Amino acid sequence: MEQEVWSFSDYLLLIVSGVLVNNILLIRFLGNCPFLGVSKRMDTAVGMTFGVIFVLTCVGPITWFVEHYLLVPFDIVYLETLAFILTIAVFVQLVEFVIKKMSPALYRGLGIYLPLITTNCCILGTCFYNIRFKFGFIPTIIFSFASALGFGLALIIMAGIRERFHYARIPKCFQDTSIGLITAGLIGLSFYAFAGLAK
Amino acid sequence: MEVLKATIYPVIVMGGLAALFALGLGIAARVFYVYVDPRIGQIEELLGGANCGGCGYAGCSDCAEAIVAGKAPVNACILAPMENIKKIAEIMGVTVEEEEEKKVARIMCRGTPEKAKRRFQYMGIDDCRAAALVAGGDKDCEYGCLGYGTCVKSCPFGAMSMGRDGLPRVDEEKCVGCGTCVRVCPRGVPHLLPVSQKVYVPCNSHDAGKIVKAICEVGCQGCGICRKNCPEKAIIIDKFLSIVDPKKCIGPDASCGGKCMDKCPTGAIQRVVA
Repeated sequence: MEQEVWSFSDYLLLIVSGVLVNNILLIRFLGNCPFLGVSKRMDTAVGMTFGVIFVLTCVGPITWFVEHYLLVPFDIVYLETLAFILTIAVFVQLVEFVIKKMSPALYRGLGIYLPLITTNCCILGTCFYNIRFKFGFIPTIIFSFASALGFGLALIIMAGIRERFHYARIPKCFQDTSIGLITAGLIGLSFYAFAGLAK
Repeated sequence: MEVLKATIYPVIVMGGLAALFALGLGIAARVFYVYVDPRIGQIEELLGGANCGGCGYAGCSDCAEAIVAGKAPVNACILAPMENIKKIAEIMGVTVEEEEEKKVARIMCRGTPEKAKRRFQYMGIDDCRAAALVAGGDKDCEYGCLGYGTCVKSCPFGAMSMGRDGLPRVDEEKCVGCGTCVRVCPRGVPHLLPVSQKVYVPCNSHDAGKIVKAICEVGCQGCGICRKNCPEKAIIIDKFLSIVDPKKCIGPDASCGGKCMDKCPTGAIQRVVA
């Protein structure tokens, strides 16, 4: 809402911002639980990525509606957290019902990630950023999608690295989560090089 | 008035939102209701729950589905105790045969680094499957244990450990016979044997006697002396390798006096040491 008219290059910059500059996992460091939890194997990482892309792209605009047509008019913005968590949880549950009925194959592939997504702070975090950055409706959709894409990018990079850990001789005190956190920090540092490309 | 607004609005808005969502979800649950056979859940609870894959399915829930669909036998799970198997049979409305004897993994190789020669020094990834890809593995014997512990790392029950002699050990108590080690070993060194079998031939080599003699001090050469000395005819020779038939063997302490072990020139036939 800050900017009245958005040009095409503005949208492109917004995507760069969501994927790289404000990467939800590596720069904002939100959603560390799935970042370490499902990055052990590439296939689970890819499944989680698609789940997050789908849910976040839908939930971002929905929470935007809740904020601007419900919370702001009634002057109860301080209940944002509660309202957003409620919305996200209900939406994910609904999607689970629908997928289970419509496509059992997709449910088997994506189903186990959906409950994980419900309580995922990168979903909630992105919804908050949409509000904090004072985005309009279209930018909200784009930023939510880009943010989920950034989540997927970071998760898949991490999964690729962690699959190789399997064959590396890592000292016992660094094994598993420790080396995972060290790696996350190092990738995060390298992502700071994108700062300045976009806002 | 302001105070009233500040207290009533949040209650109305959030309550309304929650009620709306609850109604929506309630309707959706009816509209998109999928019938799931309740037996699947019941059976899954009775299975081992380790997702070890010993039944041949991707996990316990997969196995439960297969049992309900009639694709798997009710005693498919090797982990579930007999009482659970009986309960599953009850749910499915069938009867089960008597319990099969428990099997445990035995390492069919005694070729420690001192006793079995190696062709070259392998310095790659610490995994038997990787080592087996480099010119067929560093061990001269192409049937023997490579000793990089892939089976130990893959055991879902922590029943295996690497011994000081560079060969894996199996803890008979912890081993449930799921066969994960058999599947991951590039050479098929672990075998599943009945737990009551007390005499076995810990060698996996089907090479001719002359070759075995040249590369390993403790390998079975397939000479057949044990077969000649067994009064129960419990030993067969399969391609230069003695195999003990657990159904016929009467054990090392029986009337035969364990002659097969005394007469073996390389000591390849052994008493099981737990």
